[in-house]
Amino acid sequence: MIESFEAVKVISQHRGDALIVATMTPGTELPVVSTKPELDLSWHWAAMGKASSVALGLALARPDRKVLVLDGDGALLMNLGSLVTIAHMAPPNFTHFLFDNRVYRCTGGQPLPRAGKLSFAALARDAGYPNVYDFADIETLEKNIDTVINQVGPNFVCLKVSPALEKPSFPYVPARDVVGRFRAALQRS
Amino acid sequence: MVAQETGLTAERVIDELKKCGVTHMVCLADTKTRFIYDAMMSQKEITLVPFCREGEGVAIAAGLVIGGKKPVVLYQNTGLYEAGDSIRTVALELRLPLLMIISYLGWRRDSPITDSAGILLEPTLDTWGIKYYLVQSDEDVEKISIGDKQAQETNKPVAILIATE
Repeated sequence: MIESFEAVKVISQHRGDALIVATMTPGTELPVVSTKPELDLSWHWAAMGKASSVALGLALARPDRKVLVLDGDGALLMNLGSLVTIAHMAPPNFTHFLFDNRVYRCTGGQPLPRAGKLSFAALARDAGYPNVYDFADIETLEKNIDTVINQVGPNFVCLKVSPALEKPSFPYVPARDVVGRFRAALQRS
Repeated sequence: MVAQETGLTAERVIDELKKCGVTHMVCLADTKTRFIYDAMMSQKEITLVPFCREGEGVAIAAGLVIGGKKPVVLYQNTGLYEAGDSIRTVALELRLPLLMIISYLGWRRDSPITDSAGILLEPTLDTWGIKYYLVQSDEDVEKISIGDKQAQETNKPVAILIATE
């Protein structure tokens, strides 16, 4: 089992200048460890499930940049069709990290329907993602992450993470400000 | 391409979108807007991005806007109700200029609207403070550019309602 916070740290350390869209649990953790916060779209998403779709738009708009999405399993269940849309558009610069903690952590820790019995990797594979991985320990993530994010995507990585309920505290920045900072950084880089 | 009963042609709609500098059409067409979708398939200037559900489409369009592109999102009014949280959060809350072309299911030129999908459309847009323009024929197509200009100036979504029955 992987600690979510450790996975976010590893991803951030290996991101290079990739753009990151983060939501739910990893969205609360990324601001604490990010190596390039100006290139992060990370805030309290009210449109739960839509981070992967925003990231798809971003990947289509900026094919010159790698785009990583840090998604929640409950969030993905709310927008499951996005797997099919992403596979259909097949952005080569897109990597989808799915934090599989089997609970709605941000809204109270209630178990997901079919918790622990559903294979998100299988769903992504059947939707049409060409590269799909299932990682259950941090060492495997560290060993493979460079290969995964540097290959032609779209890539899907299911991370089996602990359903711990503690959340790190981080400074609140309004979503509008996060987007403004991100757009400015994107125009500069 | 196919002209609708009211005289709205896909060519005029697409020409107007090109005039606005639209780069992507994020799209889930219905029977009323299928003629636009079909015409889009035979051009390459605007990239077509199909999606599975309307809230998803609005979020994809938001990502395109944030990335510096100029999308239009096309869907049926029934999809507007499904997309409510996306419109509220990723369009209104983030103040993104977003042109939405919405098929006005239930609208009738010569009789009262009886379908709730139609009855609720304009009050819903009014409640959200989203401006809208009715497009019935080629004579109305310039409203697309007016709506686009308004979206850019106000940093808000603007709806173009396609009413062709």
